[in-house]
Amino acid sequence: MASITLDKLAHSYLPNPQSDADFALKELDYKWEDGGAYALLGPSGCGKTTLLNIISGLLVPSKGHIRFDGQDVTHLQPEERNIAQVFQFPVIYDTMTVRQNLAFPLINRHVPQDEITKRVKDMIDVLDLSDKADRKARGLTADEKQKISLGRGLVRYDVNAILFDEPLTVIDPHMKWQLRTKLKDLHRQLGHTMIYVTHDQTEALTFADKVVVMYEGEVVQIGTPEELFNEPAHTFVGYFIGSPGMNVIPCEIDGKTARVGDIQIELSDGYSLAGSKTELGIRPEFVSLSSDKSGLPVRIETVENIGRFKIVRANLQGHTINALLKENEEVPVDPTMTFEPSRINVYQNSHLVRVGA
Amino acid sequence: MLELRSVSKKVGRDWHIKDVSMTLEKGSVNILLGPTLSGKTSLMRLMAGLDRPTSGEILMNGTDVVGMPVQKRNVAMVYQQFINYPAMTVYENIASPMRVAGVDKATIERRVREAADLMKLTPYLERTPLNLSGGQQQRTALARALVKDAELVLLDEPLANLDYKLREELRVELPKIFAETGAIFVYATTEPQEALLLGGKTATLNEGLVTQFDDTIDVYNRPSDLLTAQTFSDPPMNVLPVRKSGAEFVFNTSRFDVPASLSGLRDEEYTIGARPHHMSLQPPTGKSMKLDCKVSTTEITGSESFIHLQSEGIHMVALMHGVHRVGIGDSLPAYLDADNLFVFDRNGSLVFAPGSNGHG
Repeated sequence: MASITLDKLAHSYLPNPQSDADFALKELDYKWEDGGAYALLGPSGCGKTTLLNIISGLLVPSKGHIRFDGQDVTHLQPEERNIAQVFQFPVIYDTMTVRQNLAFPLINRHVPQDEITKRVKDMIDVLDLSDKADRKARGLTADEKQKISLGRGLVRYDVNAILFDEPLTVIDPHMKWQLRTKLKDLHRQLGHTMIYVTHDQTEALTFADKVVVMYEGEVVQIGTPEELFNEPAHTFVGYFIGSPGMNVIPCEIDGKTARVGDIQIELSDGYSLAGSKTELGIRPEFVSLSSDKSGLPVRIETVENIGRFKIVRANLQGHTINALLKENEEVPVDPTMTFEPSRINVYQNSHLVRVGA
Repeated sequence: MLELRSVSKKVGRDWHIKDVSMTLEKGSVNILLGPTLSGKTSLMRLMAGLDRPTSGEILMNGTDVVGMPVQKRNVAMVYQQFINYPAMTVYENIASPMRVAGVDKATIERRVREAADLMKLTPYLERTPLNLSGGQQQRTALARALVKDAELVLLDEPLANLDYKLREELRVELPKIFAETGAIFVYATTEPQEALLLGGKTATLNEGLVTQFDDTIDVYNRPSDLLTAQTFSDPPMNVLPVRKSGAEFVFNTSRFDVPASLSGLRDEEYTIGARPHHMSLQPPTGKSMKLDCKVSTTEITGSESFIHLQSEGIHMVALMHGVHRVGIGDSLPAYLDADNLFVFDRNGSLVFAPGSNGHG
């Protein structure tokens, strides 16, 4: 296992990048701790695959260095980096048995036979595949095959890191739960440094200790799931994390008052942000509806009952605001809207304004 | 109106579709919900006329369409694996069915622009599909199906290959488009959440059988059997095999008071179902069933916590609001909310659903 240092790393696919916009991956300086579970989260085109390819050695970055446990590996080939990778589609040998598939990466690395036998047996137990250990992979279901793929990555104890590239995309929702739980178990038991690339927030948040959120080639926030939920550092993080995401409302801010159209919203702190683009961020979880006349006047657009809760979309001064109601809550008659004051975030030019900072 | 009467399809020795009867109204959205290989695509291919049923009838507005050439039927279909014309621009790809149908130029222009705007394809209209990302190619295929003005639009997991957030946006937009066109929409998905967001009606599929077909929210609230309830739950519904004995439910060594709403049940074996958000580490305000559990893993999303638990060999999940940190391997009590339990009989049929008067 190893720590991974990204030292002023940046990449452009152009031969002579001029401006910031030419970089698919903008400069990044960060250290991933040994044994940590990290997720790279973002929409397609955000640069997460570029970063993954730099770590695995498929791509040499235009700028900066990458270090494993302090050793510079920037120019090492993938096979010299001692990294395991698990891809979106299972990479296994159909004609081999489950046991042979798991043994294969170890045989290739000349691990002694009795050691192979032991490790493969352990891995089969961990993956709950004992009853299928001597079956050919060909007849197995998609999720069983993907389990073997995970196992092939995890069976090597000596790897510097394991990289997962959208490993659960092709798996049915019911099986996703099981595989995700399994992966978390394995991380706890084996302590590998794991990096998990996905566009699915649930996968990222539930898997990782720290989530790296990327947007247009830039890392916009690195944080725990709680930090990303409570204090999104960028409006994009607020939008991308959460379902529905954070409401972002353009406003004018003067001291402790935010003005949205004709209405005023009191803030818990004072700000002086004149001359810049300012917005309020409030998550649907902290927007409530009541018949209280002191709330903000809104017009209800739609109510979607999605079982566990209802999503209410309401119009506030021309902006659509999402609110969540609990399972048995109904939309009140002539509703007004209230934002939980301590949950309102203020953004200046899309970046969170931290009070006292 | 599309009507399926006792439709079955046998391939080799396997029945891919088993005796399906359903009526799809004009202007309706119909979700086919089920895991991979449950028969969603097979059923759509039969509806489209791409395959012929082994037995049964398929009627479109009263006319039997079995055996009618696909070209003569006004059907649009979008697959999970997108299909576009590689040599045409995105604009022409979207416009092509309207050109074939002889729609006037101005209408084509307007509808292509509208669809492109909706699918966020406006900047790419002059590119060819091979110069687009997978998601953009799929949106092109979707846009083409939507502008075609087909009587029947079949969408087979159309969002499965798209980014999560884009999927979320399209799920909000699609029902609006569906409502505008007046076509019959059939939409296949593996995700319960997607079915709920799209609304309309849902047919749950399992191994070629339609287990229930009703308004989506009703299928969710009153699944006719355990299989349907399991199909329509993500995370999976927690299930507990119990025996009712007088005023108690007995589960292995645990005993619980039978809630008043269930006191009329006969003394026999049942399966109790509780959705994860009705299971908690904190006792609910009302009546509850307390279970001794061991924590197997926790997943925290920042706003919610999924606590995976083992209780006497049964795996369960409690979904709790907020952040709850508990130690892996800890032994602690968990509570099922007694006011929100489903009860199924020995055959898996629904006996009781919460919020109902008790007759399944």
